[in-house]
Amino acid sequence: MPLQYEGILAEYESTHRAATVFDTSHMGEFLIEGDHQEIGLDRLVTCSIEDMPLRTCRYGMVLNEQGGIVDDLIVFRLEKAKWFIVVNGTTTDKDAQHFRKYLKNKMAFHNISSELGKLDIQGPLSREILKSFIKNIEKLDYYTFNEFELLGERAIISRTGYTGELGYEIYFPWNKTVQLWEVIFQDRRVKPAGLGARDILRLEMGYSLYGHELNESISPLEAGLSKFVDLKKDFVGREALLKRQAQGVSRKIICFISETRRSPRSEQKIYDTQDVEIGSVTSGTFSPSLKRGLGMGYVNNVGVALGQKILFGDATNKFPAEVTTRPFYKEGSLKT
Amino acid sequence: MEIIEHYLYTKEHEWVNIEDNIATMGITDYAQSALGDITYIEFPDLNSEVEQFEQFVSVESIKAASDIYAPLSGRVIAVNENLESDPEIINKSCYHKGWIAKIEISDPEEKSNLLTPEEYRKFLESMEDKET
Repeated sequence: MPLQYEGILAEYESTHRAATVFDTSHMGEFLIEGDHQEIGLDRLVTCSIEDMPLRTCRYGMVLNEQGGIVDDLIVFRLEKAKWFIVVNGTTTDKDAQHFRKYLKNKMAFHNISSELGKLDIQGPLSREILKSFIKNIEKLDYYTFNEFELLGERAIISRTGYTGELGYEIYFPWNKTVQLWEVIFQDRRVKPAGLGARDILRLEMGYSLYGHELNESISPLEAGLSKFVDLKKDFVGREALLKRQAQGVSRKIICFISETRRSPRSEQKIYDTQDVEIGSVTSGTFSPSLKRGLGMGYVNNVGVALGQKILFGDATNKFPAEVTTRPFYKEGSLKT
Repeated sequence: MEIIEHYLYTKEHEWVNIEDNIATMGITDYAQSALGDITYIEFPDLNSEVEQFEQFVSVESIKAASDIYAPLSGRVIAVNENLESDPEIINKSCYHKGWIAKIEISDPEEKSNLLTPEEYRKFLESMEDKET
């Protein structure tokens, strides 16, 4: 995916007002066949999957034995004992090794990343646009999916995304994905969008990005993702999480909004109002909707409270901001 | 890339329009295009003294932060306050409505350190050659 096509701001506006398409073919996809308990899939992911109805999606993570996040992912239940798992692009090979290591039946695991392209159509008009060539697409609820016939091929389409707007993610045979792109763009209301717009949109929602907010030394407790962890079941990393929970975490994620248009950048430091360094910025951007800089980062365990003033910057230049809750942007069409 | 014929330029992609002893300055079409959508600008204090080629303004775009340098030495007598709430004016009109600051020139001799439109055009071309 390029950084931009027409321009980051224009693509951002198009996603909020109409619809854009992101080429996310770099993402990884695994197909897993077998009973989730028997083959050990249930032990691999942090979210409960036992109770997932067919054709629903669920966000979760895979952890290492120390409770650190190997990756975040979305689980799709294709059939009672057939699963489709979507992981991050840069982590696909590492994830595949991790799955092979912990799955009891190696034959049940298929890394199908190279067979699939992926196009995300996001924005308030996305449903209307897809309706003109995909029958029954309007029946998909938030975080559900179905299989559709499209250009003579089988497509998996989920109502998911990374932008905070109504949207769909289309998994399609890679050698037909260009053709699908052309069909979607026959509707002149759709514009292509790149990584620049995607990063602003996801940050306005407070969505974590692997490699920034998440990595193998950070657990879901620190990352503020406990609600995607089912501690009642057994999973890889659970013991370590319980231990971290009992001891108390040493750092915690925060979301903060700049008091001006000055925007935080990853790698900058976070300070309290007495100029004492308390953490660092993991992601930052200018929010065109809020007309303020906004950021996410980790602070050491000093008990930073909502509404508290902090500073971001470096030793010579520090800028004021306020601790807030995610999402930053609350006007999206996500669940309409 | 648009270049205005009666302005002077720097290798850091600032332009300057000199009228009597007042230099109005901003960033060039090349600079605004490279920066992308500009989201924030920080001005120097009014009446502060700046040295030629000294960093005196900061800008942030949706992609990155960047420094802007004074094309001539002198005293900052005005800044374009419209840019504080609408810095994207620079992207729309970098040579006119998007002017950044006015400097009362202290040393007219320094003009010889600036590029003519022809020299700046050649400088841009030489950069393109390096990139390709």
